[in-house]
Amino acid sequence: MFKKKTDANYISARESRKISRENVKITRELDKRLSRKRVPESEYLTQMANPENVVEFDNLHTYFFTDVGTVKAVDGVTFEVPKGKTVGIVGESGCGKSVTSLSLMQLVQRPNGQIVEGSIRLNLGNKAYDVAKMPIDAMRQVRGNVVSMIFQEPMTSLNPVFRIGFQLDEVISLHNPQMSKEDVKRRSIEAIQMVGIPDAEGIYNRYPHELSGGMRQRIVIAMALACNPGLIIADEPTTALDVTIQAQILELLRKLKSEINASIMLITHDLGVIAEMADYVVVMYAGRVVEKGLANEVFLDPRHPYTIGLMESKPVINKAVDRLYSIPGSVPNPVNMPDYCYFSDRCEKCVERCAGKYPPEAHVSDTHIVSCWRYYNEKR
Amino acid sequence: MAAATNVVEVRDLCKYFPIKAGLFGRVVGQVHAVENVSFSIKRGTTMGLVGESGCGKTTIGKTLLNLTPKTSGEVIFNGDTHLDALKGKALREFRPKMQIIFQDPYSSLSPRLPVGEIIGEAVREHHLVPEAEFDAYISRVMKSCGLHDYQKDRYPHEFSGGQRQRICIARAIALNPDFIVCDEPVSALDVSIQAQIINLLEDLQKEYNLTYLFISHDLSVVQHISDTVGVMYLGNMVEFADKTEIFANPLHPYTQALFSAIPVPDPTVKMNRIILEGSIPSPANPPSGCKFHTRCRLCREVCAQKAPKTMDMGNGHRVTCHMYDPESGYGKA
Repeated sequence: MFKKKTDANYISARESRKISRENVKITRELDKRLSRKRVPESEYLTQMANPENVVEFDNLHTYFFTDVGTVKAVDGVTFEVPKGKTVGIVGESGCGKSVTSLSLMQLVQRPNGQIVEGSIRLNLGNKAYDVAKMPIDAMRQVRGNVVSMIFQEPMTSLNPVFRIGFQLDEVISLHNPQMSKEDVKRRSIEAIQMVGIPDAEGIYNRYPHELSGGMRQRIVIAMALACNPGLIIADEPTTALDVTIQAQILELLRKLKSEINASIMLITHDLGVIAEMADYVVVMYAGRVVEKGLANEVFLDPRHPYTIGLMESKPVINKAVDRLYSIPGSVPNPVNMPDYCYFSDRCEKCVERCAGKYPPEAHVSDTHIVSCWRYYNEKR
Repeated sequence: MAAATNVVEVRDLCKYFPIKAGLFGRVVGQVHAVENVSFSIKRGTTMGLVGESGCGKTTIGKTLLNLTPKTSGEVIFNGDTHLDALKGKALREFRPKMQIIFQDPYSSLSPRLPVGEIIGEAVREHHLVPEAEFDAYISRVMKSCGLHDYQKDRYPHEFSGGQRQRICIARAIALNPDFIVCDEPVSALDVSIQAQIINLLEDLQKEYNLTYLFISHDLSVVQHISDTVGVMYLGNMVEFADKTEIFANPLHPYTQALFSAIPVPDPTVKMNRIILEGSIPSPANPPSGCKFHTRCRLCREVCAQKAPKTMDMGNGHRVTCHMYDPESGYGKA
């Protein structure tokens, strides 16, 4: 890497050019591997560590190669999503929660964004694929079929120039080419009914702008559910909505999850939503998992100073505090991060070892894991 | 300056927006954005204004400050200043007394001005401090908002979201106002930054004895910061009360549903949730009678026929619902 200047963000034009040249070398290599045609299945076939999981993220590294340096958006993330459960991922903006989910869908902005290390094992029932090694055309069969995604903005994730019905049909007929047109339409209308919209046939012929925000989000959910996926990624599904509509959508997700027996990966920054929906909680900070465990463990007994700070800084209804706790400082610049606990600059509970290497995982219980030096000694 | 107890008094405020159609912009209808809203805010207190999007929260904030002219009603500042009576120069001289902090700190700061100029522009324009003390004054304001002196010459793009919101607050504070409308000041920010900004607003309120109208859709934030709370639905204020009163004992069915919809960050708490069906109707064509009757779980015949009266339930707790009006005929059905 390059020499550190007094202002950490400053790099000269020459340095920037050099970085950019090196980036092109790296990304071209990685891109070539992904765009190959007719790759034998054996190359990305893998074994699940535990067949009861739908997805296992194993030491995932997703980097963005920018002209000012490498942004380690996801830097060694390990967690799994069990069958039929909801896993909530919390963190502030820029902590890598969205990039983690996009990596699973292979939707990270290429060529700059690349999965450089680690694996994402996806359970397809009788076999398992490693998404990190999958070429683009194989991925197309999985996307929307086995794993599907609900995006944050219902306004922008529907195409304004096509009717709702057309957009739903497209998903279904792509993954079921043998189905006749009438069957596809019937299936689309079923999907619209499933998300609790009255007059499904009428909605089928409408355009997105004719629907309200809550309705649009329901359509996006219907689209995600159209092919009965095993895993639904919901990326801030209610952030753009009002509280009363949010309650409707969360209720709907919970109901549908039990109906089609899917797992949900719920990404949000609202701890309240997580507490209500999730069975497992993963707390991320600056591209790493700082704490994970069962929802009860993380919420009732938070261990990492960041998790504690996050919980105390949010005012809670019917719980009066004189002054909110605020975590000092802000999220660090993600370019070229050093290998020590990123949170130590903002942490009020620092111990001596925090200046050293990044802390390893410490087990509080079998399921509750925290990455902080303060708990490392307690165990062994 | 007369130290009246009520900094702002609003009586029967109405704001209609015309709907224009056709080649010549003929007025074909009206959007009833705010209808017959009355409230008052005491000096040094905060009033929270909550409701779903499109219910007229922001319109109230803007009409209070005369940023958009109102259709009818009265707004009285400091007990004696009628905002309608002020024109031209007098209005301009009164402007520094009331300020606004906007929701999005990314679009409410001019990208072409350095921060010191953004904060000081209005101060200079209104001749609030002598030219010789100008620099020192801006530095002092910036410091009280948690910004550094040396950041004066920087441009907004060099700041993070939380710092930009601090600049917006500094810009409002610099004019030494009595009253500030905070229009969703923390909804665009991360949780940890939110707490910093809320604390800053509270500190400044104590220091300068400020009065806030805090508009937000985040009920937990409103509960934290407000002294009184008003709940809006489709242009009407359906309930108004002290914070402790309204959260302990919400009377209006809409308020009850709204409060039960808040997610609580504790997995052991199981909420007894009232889920509202459908979404907010269009304010251009509001339902007859009580505007909420289309979604209300306690709706009866009378609700669709006539509009409810506002009832005072004691301790300044006002609710607009037929259920609490013995003469409405709600009980008979």
